Amino acid sequence: MKTIYILWLRQIKRYLRSRSRIVGSLGQPLLFLLALGYGLGSTFKAAGEGNYFTFLAPGVIGMSIIFTAIFSGIELIWDRQFGFLKETMVAPVSRLNIMVGRTLGGATVATMQGLIVFFITLFFGFRPENWALLPVLIIFMLLVALLFTALGTAIASVLEDMQGFQLIMNFLVMPLFFLSGALFPIENLPSVLTVLVGIDPLSYGIDSFRSILSGTASFGLGLDLSVLVIVTLFCLGLGSYLFSRIEV
Amino acid sequence: MSTEDVNRPKADGTIINVSGLIKKFGEFTAVDNISFSVKRGEIFAFLGPNGAGKSTTIKMLTTLLHPTSGEITLDGHNPVIDSSAVRRSFGIVFQDPSLDDELTAWENMEFHGVLYGVEKLLRRKRIEELMKFVELWDRRDSLVKEFSGGMKRRLEIARGLLHHPKVMFLDEPTLGLDPQTRNHMWNYLKELNKSEGVTVFFTTHYMEEADRVAQRIAIIDHGKIVASGSSTELKERTGKSSLEEAFLELTGKTIREEEAGSIDHLRSMRRMWRGGGKK
Repeated sequence: MKTIYILWLRQIKRYLRSRSRIVGSLGQPLLFLLALGYGLGSTFKAAGEGNYFTFLAPGVIGMSIIFTAIFSGIELIWDRQFGFLKETMVAPVSRLNIMVGRTLGGATVATMQGLIVFFITLFFGFRPENWALLPVLIIFMLLVALLFTALGTAIASVLEDMQGFQLIMNFLVMPLFFLSGALFPIENLPSVLTVLVGIDPLSYGIDSFRSILSGTASFGLGLDLSVLVIVTLFCLGLGSYLFSRIEV
Repeated sequence: MSTEDVNRPKADGTIINVSGLIKKFGEFTAVDNISFSVKRGEIFAFLGPNGAGKSTTIKMLTTLLHPTSGEITLDGHNPVIDSSAVRRSFGIVFQDPSLDDELTAWENMEFHGVLYGVEKLLRRKRIEELMKFVELWDRRDSLVKEFSGGMKRRLEIARGLLHHPKVMFLDEPTLGLDPQTRNHMWNYLKELNKSEGVTVFFTTHYMEEADRVAQRIAIIDHGKIVASGSSTELKERTGKSSLEEAFLELTGKTIREEEAGSIDHLRSMRRMWRGGGKK
């Protein structure tokens, strides 16, 4: 337990100390909110879909979570190359606890980042339907964060260095985000796209945020929860397995 | 004492026993059937040119790598089977810094103490003692990224000792340190060796350092131990007057080329990333 706690604490401390990183990673969500939120607003309304900003806000919250989470996981590569991982690897504690502590820390950080973006959307006039559901929102945010931190850890465990960084960015993070329904409604899509959206776990995360915040769901909270829990458990298992095989 | 003491049976007086140790990476044999032992309370040096297999051997002794074949015991435990017991009994200072730059000096110590299960009151007391000893107590609340190379090394040594290890491994501990820091560090380690009986196992490039500090030296080249004994014995055997000459006699004068590994590429990337390395 203590191992998990101290590794969690380390992630949190590192996050709170890197203010430039916190501010820097808010740039992208802000840009999406401003450029797309206002840029496409009138077209969206004309198409009879309602307020685009309200539609987009949960998607952008999801975006900030997935980016922060995957990169918290991938940070493992830095730790590995710059030695700190060795310090934990020669300690008399189980690898599983190290992995769990790191992942929980990364997921907490990603959730905090998601909450910051949520508060920014309030500033732009976004209002959740029911404030009482905020704790439920946080639980779903944590779940999504956990899923993608574990995925990032799994990927980082098999990568030797940052050479594969662009690859992950272009062939994993970006597709996961763009195919998640964060930016567009997922009803009446071409069938290929419908399938892709359906197998993207982030779709269920965004859907849950949207249904909690604005009461509009495509899949429904029950299905969202089941899919997220199953995929999270799978990623945690995979991450632990690959992490346990690292030789420094 | 010479290479022949290799295969002697495990006596109570030895803390590290290695026999027939082999490590292969694909076709390449990094460590090629080496055997040696280190006595309890001894200061033991591992000398060798670049790429001789020193670090690989240390990684196997410290549970970071699994041997391809061969036997290791450290304080009676096998690193492959009983890694937890082995991990509790050694401290290590790696060749590359392994501190967390974004944490303070004190937090790095605290982190280590918690990982090793050192009980809170004892941990706090030892952290203060050790940090005072390496003269970093005044800087305990500074982030490690503000430290110089020498300060980082001192902190790593203090950290490695926090859980009172029986063996202290130091992989090129003085690389890049100025003579003052080097001197200070060795005085400290020798003192500790004398007062606590901590066994010290180190690798180095500096011949005079091995000559001055180590009670026994093993010279490793191309993954094999080519000679071992005290500095005097090695000089006598080769008929040379200095350890450096003896070393060159034993390992030859060819310069070893080392390829820049992915870590070097990554280092330059990180420098770019952080805009010059320091902020």
